[in-house]
Amino acid sequence: MDKATKKQLEITACKVRMGIIEGVYNAKSGHPGGSLSIADTLTYLYFARMNIYPDKPDLPDRDRFVLSKGHTAPALYSTLANRGFFSTEELKSLRHIGALLQGHPCIHIPGVDMSSGSLGQGISAACGMALSGKISNDIYKVYCVLGDGEIEEGQVWEAAMFAAHYKLDNLVAVVDNNGLQIDGRISDVCSPYPITDKFAAFGWNVVEADAHDFDSLEKAFDDAENASGRPTVIVQKSVKGKGISFMEDQVSWHGTAPNAEQYAQAMEELNAQLRSLEG
Amino acid sequence: MADVKKIATRESYGNALAELGDKYENLYVLDADLAAATKTGIFKKKFPDRHFDCGIAEANMMGVAAGLAATGKIPFASSFAMFAAGRAFEIVRNSIGYPHLNVKIGATHAGISVGEDGATHQCNEDIALMRTIPGMVIINPADDVEARAAVEAAIKYVGPVYMRFGRLAVPVFNDAATYKFELGKGIKLRDGNDITIVASGLMVNEAVNASDELKAMGINARVINIHTIKPIDREIILEAAAETGKIVTVEEHSIIGGLGSAVAEVVCAECPCRVVRIGVNDEFGHSGPAVDLLKEFGLSAENIVKTVKDVLGR
Ligand SMILES: Cc1ncc(C[n+]2csc(CCOP(=O)(O)OP(=O)(O)O)c2C)c(N)n1
Ligand SMILES: [Mg+2]
Repeated sequence: MDKATKKQLEITACKVRMGIIEGVYNAKSGHPGGSLSIADTLTYLYFARMNIYPDKPDLPDRDRFVLSKGHTAPALYSTLANRGFFSTEELKSLRHIGALLQGHPCIHIPGVDMSSGSLGQGISAACGMALSGKISNDIYKVYCVLGDGEIEEGQVWEAAMFAAHYKLDNLVAVVDNNGLQIDGRISDVCSPYPITDKFAAFGWNVVEADAHDFDSLEKAFDDAENASGRPTVIVQKSVKGKGISFMEDQVSWHGTAPNAEQYAQAMEELNAQLRSLEG
Repeated sequence: MADVKKIATRESYGNALAELGDKYENLYVLDADLAAATKTGIFKKKFPDRHFDCGIAEANMMGVAAGLAATGKIPFASSFAMFAAGRAFEIVRNSIGYPHLNVKIGATHAGISVGEDGATHQCNEDIALMRTIPGMVIINPADDVEARAAVEAAIKYVGPVYMRFGRLAVPVFNDAATYKFELGKGIKLRDGNDITIVASGLMVNEAVNASDELKAMGINARVINIHTIKPIDREIILEAAAETGKIVTVEEHSIIGGLGSAVAEVVCAECPCRVVRIGVNDEFGHSGPAVDLLKEFGLSAENIVKTVKDVLGR
């Protein structure tokens, strides 16, 4: 990736993070931690990888995206808004009565390809979309982001078996390995480790990445292109709450909205990051 | 009413478990990565060795609970209603209901009052689902006092019990000193012979308030609290049907399959009268503050008053 592209992506990711904080703050509820940990990945997918049409969000040959860890909808909404699917103003009414942006992704929102929020279900729908593409010889790819806690759901492994069995090489799953779920560290609650070995045993092409380095992400998604006959999983090491000092790697920021003071500090930190990137 | 104490019944659930843990040494608690929200974390703090986090794996948790019960323990399996009743339904039916095992399901965050999380988390179907399982007891407590009492009643009862708790802090209107919980027995909270309002859970307090407002308008509305939806108190319902001739049911649940359906089933067969159901009208919820959503979906004293007046043609 050339330097200019990388810098532009970093700037965009910073704006996506601002949208996340804006949304969760105005909603007075929601999930900032896991949204911030996938901000770079979604930025990369929607600004550098996926074949999508913000003005025609329903074109059949578009790549599909399923946010299986649906509680991190603020990240998806902020990415879609910044990419032009709808106005960034919508982020301010996230979770309000009558708002376009529901607490969890809803298929009726422009750019959202699948409703989600009940963990473990999105990956199955992604398998269905990939299978459909195979049946019809469509060229689109299907991307799906899962939480590392989410993969404790048995359904995820039913989907893993299915995707390998039907050779869904048009499917790329990302496991966001931020190490935390609600009740604590995933290793303490009910450990899903080792993650990479499990997917490998299920017959997947397994790639590891640094979730906050665009070069690493690009390499990982390039690797996925070459996995003929097998689905790919990118296990990305990430930091929950990434980008906001007091939220980083804190289980308490899983599902808590910042108060006015914390909001101001978070925005100040992001603005400083933006200034140094643009400066 | 301004300074009435408010407590969410999920809080009552966690507190009751922690309190009863000493008395019932055979009590164990399972959770599925929601201990902070279901409030079983309170029990975990006091009895770390008797609390098992199953991770985000509700189906497995219900099966594990069945195994614990089959070997003589009393497990409380806890998650949000959506996942406890919804995600794990078939395991609850076949591994808990069919073998009639002594598993207690603590389902929190039920109904539309989940609020901002929106439709995917607002479970308005759990009572309907659980009602179809033979032998399943269903308890939907109305406030802190009733919820705590219900937890102990569930422990004393041998067999599967589904308990429904809310996320929203709600007024504590029962008097702890005099309250008595009897499994399967409805409670008459207001007398009246013009009409009967049958309510459950969060809606009981709204029904009482509605009845008091109606009284000022010269309408005497009986209020019955049905905390045990299954087995339902046929007697108190049939008596109301015979004496008041008209029934309005109120529940924070779909009008399909819940309290309203249960009441109508009893009345239709044994003492037919008009039954009008207030509940979620066969639609999904959406995001918003709980209090606003309850109003919007007609789950309020205001809408009960309006409905009663409509039924009475006043
Ligand atoms: C089936 C199901 N069970 C429980 C929940 C409640 N819940 C929401 S987020 C969450 C923890 C998710 O942890 P993880 O997948 O690691 O997400 P992240 O760390 O990226 O936020 C849980 C248990 C849910 N949404 N769906
Ligand atoms: Mg995680």
